[in-house]
Amino acid sequence: MTAAPIHRAAGRFLLDPAGAVFWPERRALIVADLHLEKASSIAARGGLLPPYDSRATLDRLALLLRRYAPERVIALGDSFHDAAGRARLPAEDASRLARMEAAHRFLWIEGNHDQGAGRADHAEAGAVFRHAAGEVAPGTVEFSGHFHPKARIATRAGAVARPCFVTDAHRVLLPAFGAYAGGLEVTAPPIRALFPRGGQVFLLGRDRVYAFPLAHAAKAA
Amino acid sequence: MGADCRFRQVCHVWRVTTLPAPFADWFAARGWTPRPHQLAVLDAVRRRENALLIAPTGGGKTLAGFLPSLIALADDPPEGLHTIYVSPLKALATDIARNLEAPVAEMGLPIRVETRTGDTPANRRARQRARPPHILLTTPESLALLLYDPEAASRFAGLASIVIDEVHALAGTKRGDQLALCLARLARLAPGAVRIGLSATIAHPAAIRDWISPDGRGGATALIAGEAGAAPEIGMLIAPGRMPWSGHMGLMAAEAVLGRIREARMTIVFVNTRAQAELMFEALWKHNEETLPIALHHGSLAVEQRRRVEAAMAGGKLRAVVATSSLDLGIDWAGVDQVIQIGAPKGVSRLLQRLGRANHRLDEASRALLVPANRFEVLECAAAIEGVAAQDLDGDPPRPGGLDVLAQHVLGCACAAPFHPDDLFAEITASAPYAALARKDFDDVLRFVEDGGYALAVYERYRRLFRDAEGVVHVRNEAVARRLRMNIGTIVEAPVLKVRLGGGRGGIVLGEVEEYFAAMLAPGDTFRFAGRLLRFLGIRETSVLCAEGGTGEPRIPAYVGGRMPLSTNLADRVRLMLHTPATWDRFPAPVREWLGLQAARSALPAPDDLLVETFPRGGRWYLVAYCFEGRQAHQALGMLLTRRLERFGFQPLGYVATDYVLGIWCAREPTGVGRLFEEDLLGEDLESWMADSSMLRRSFRNVAVIAGLIERVHPGGEKNRRQITVNTDLIYDVLRKHDPTHILLRATWADAAHGLVDLARIAGMLARARGRVHHRALPRVSPLAVPVLLEIGRERVGGGEAEEALLGEAEALIAEAMGPGALV
Repeated sequence: MTAAPIHRAAGRFLLDPAGAVFWPERRALIVADLHLEKASSIAARGGLLPPYDSRATLDRLALLLRRYAPERVIALGDSFHDAAGRARLPAEDASRLARMEAAHRFLWIEGNHDQGAGRADHAEAGAVFRHAAGEVAPGTVEFSGHFHPKARIATRAGAVARPCFVTDAHRVLLPAFGAYAGGLEVTAPPIRALFPRGGQVFLLGRDRVYAFPLAHAAKAA
Repeated sequence: MGADCRFRQVCHVWRVTTLPAPFADWFAARGWTPRPHQLAVLDAVRRRENALLIAPTGGGKTLAGFLPSLIALADDPPEGLHTIYVSPLKALATDIARNLEAPVAEMGLPIRVETRTGDTPANRRARQRARPPHILLTTPESLALLLYDPEAASRFAGLASIVIDEVHALAGTKRGDQLALCLARLARLAPGAVRIGLSATIAHPAAIRDWISPDGRGGATALIAGEAGAAPEIGMLIAPGRMPWSGHMGLMAAEAVLGRIREARMTIVFVNTRAQAELMFEALWKHNEETLPIALHHGSLAVEQRRRVEAAMAGGKLRAVVATSSLDLGIDWAGVDQVIQIGAPKGVSRLLQRLGRANHRLDEASRALLVPANRFEVLECAAAIEGVAAQDLDGDPPRPGGLDVLAQHVLGCACAAPFHPDDLFAEITASAPYAALARKDFDDVLRFVEDGGYALAVYERYRRLFRDAEGVVHVRNEAVARRLRMNIGTIVEAPVLKVRLGGGRGGIVLGEVEEYFAAMLAPGDTFRFAGRLLRFLGIRETSVLCAEGGTGEPRIPAYVGGRMPLSTNLADRVRLMLHTPATWDRFPAPVREWLGLQAARSALPAPDDLLVETFPRGGRWYLVAYCFEGRQAHQALGMLLTRRLERFGFQPLGYVATDYVLGIWCAREPTGVGRLFEEDLLGEDLESWMADSSMLRRSFRNVAVIAGLIERVHPGGEKNRRQITVNTDLIYDVLRKHDPTHILLRATWADAAHGLVDLARIAGMLARARGRVHHRALPRVSPLAVPVLLEIGRERVGGGEAEEALLGEAEALIAEAMGPGALV
């Protein structure tokens, strides 16, 4: 497992192929869009999806907590699929999350799905953390989620689509971490508009991330 | 069109005494005589027996199916539904309705015939509900919708006859599974109804009879064979010039094909994929100086476009149609007098089905030409011609029914009326696809329908079904039933976008392309679709907007799952032919020379051994195995061999599979080749590779939609569509990890085992090759290995590690081309 280092205003950050960012200097792990309890939220409307999504997401989070042993975890909103999500966590998953929260300081930021589940944003040492990308002050870098970016890259044998990070000098857009979170192509206008001067995508791979110019996504080889 | 073509008879000496007077007169008035198989069906029905009629096209098969009903209804028929006719195609149901009008009108029969398909407007449905026709022509999906309704019991109580057309095209498919379950339901609602199955000539008639029979085991069902038609006249058309080494499009033959079109009245030019149809259509028009009316027909074109082409064919206004399997079945066009198959025929049964499109009268031979696109296809075409002459039909007997289809049916039955699980189990196991279903599988399916059936039981309050104190199962509420009605059927399409010409809302819809193709286009790109050169403008909602014209190399939309594998029977014939130089005189000179050179430089593959060549080329070592087991089997085999080569330290770098050959390249020279093919090759590796493969994921997606785990895509639901395409992969991964024995995963694996991967063919090949691997270590590439080497780089690989390698390669390439600065 190899994380890719990037350098931005606030320092050095590692993009992990699991879809999280580690900030070594502040010992903080950054994740976005966990969407815990998405399946049970959908079940209420009739779609009986396998109810293991929270478990699967927490499994992956646990791996990262072991790998980086962060002091803090910054969750960039939509951590629960709806405002009542935390209350619906199966007992086993709820106590697991509680143990994680006891061992690491969690900083919950609220998203559009889980309004009221945390603070609106957070700023620290030249970095700003929020759910959906906004204005970025000069000399700072913004970390956000919300869009669930994914990119499609043309290869010699057809296109390959993966969730990805999208970044330029001022922003880092994180892929969704939740097991059932879908994706939005980076060519879609809402994401394109955030990167008027282009940028870079890092596609999540099995053991590493794959870097491409943003302009290369979904264009023919 | 009309009765003339579909019901055309040929004079035949037979007694007509068994027909009632008006019918005998009607036959006589047209100079017809009932055929023996028509009377045999009538006899079976009079004995209250079911019947499977197997007859070639042009034998008056459909009339045979309807005669018993027409006779029974001739005098003062009671109100109510008497006969249901089920066809796999909406268009066929509509066509049959038109053709039935003739006898009904001409004999003055008091019979009402109506169709009911997905296209039937709501007011007509309401009218049919209030006053059902005597004969209803429908599709499996529309029949299911009628049966999953609380009124089903009263609606079908008086049913006397069920006619199932093109049974061979339904049995063994998921649509067929659903129809079989619906037939089992009808047997309960209308125990007296007889079934009449109509089928083309097939490899497994007894299995199809079982499928039709009410006990699923062939009971009370007569097998009636129509007389064989005249043997078809098939030739091979070799375009002048060089014979290509590889490629499957056959475009070099366009001019020669046009010459043959000119000589015939009306020709269907069959091709194997939609992309090939677009290219061949263009190539024909390039040479079509006298502007013969030639049209294009494939499954992605808009329905209106296809109907227009069909109407022009029916009206005799066309000289040729370039078509894919979209014209394999269905309406009989009397005017078609020639079929040209471009590219490999792949199987004898499929070829016969296509030849039948030019066969309207039993006593007339149909005329057909096969046009090979490359050297191996010359062998395959010759093998197919032999196979047709020998009536060596291929195709597997119907596989067991899908558990996903069963899930949809169980919910449908609950929506119609409460049931006891024991009763429903007894009912469905009377259908052939589910005759061997284990009670545990049934119970697991039922549990899945009730609450998802997960090991982690957390959906108690979201149950779709509940059981009362006596164990009777009820549907929870109307919302569940409504959801089912919106999602009925077993046809799951890949996500598609409409192609709209002219931009804006007013443009014409030309058809559909798959979402991934649309995503590859940038504004200004050109692509070829519906026989036009189009310029991509952009995507709006669910439409691809485009304008006519444009410059640059056009792209051609490709569609997932377009190619069929070579059948086992044909593969055996090709192998035998290769090894028998006496049969080569029918091949063009370049092919004969090619095979001769192969014999001199290496060896020819023999029927009972496995030829494997190794040779160095361009700093790599190649291993080429002549397995002839079809592309899918070769792909799985390629993965297995690559892992084994890795373990043995030969450093494999990649592989490529065609229908005939598997090629692998390595950094080191592979030795001890015999060991590579030992039978224990089929071990755990295969399972993990398959579990990760894109085909299993696609299969899971279909299972999830059919079983009702996720909703089908509805027009306009772009957001939902996007979520569905993402989510089934995610759901699959989560389910595999946390509930690996879940019923939907079992259903997915069963699908894969029956057809997706051709496991049986790999196993058979390894068993045959045991101790008979014929290894030739060559100094350079052999003549027979050239075609597969030319395929390298064209192959599309799906899923897992292959994707990782491709991404890494693309990343390195771009980094190299653009310099390190570009990535910051």
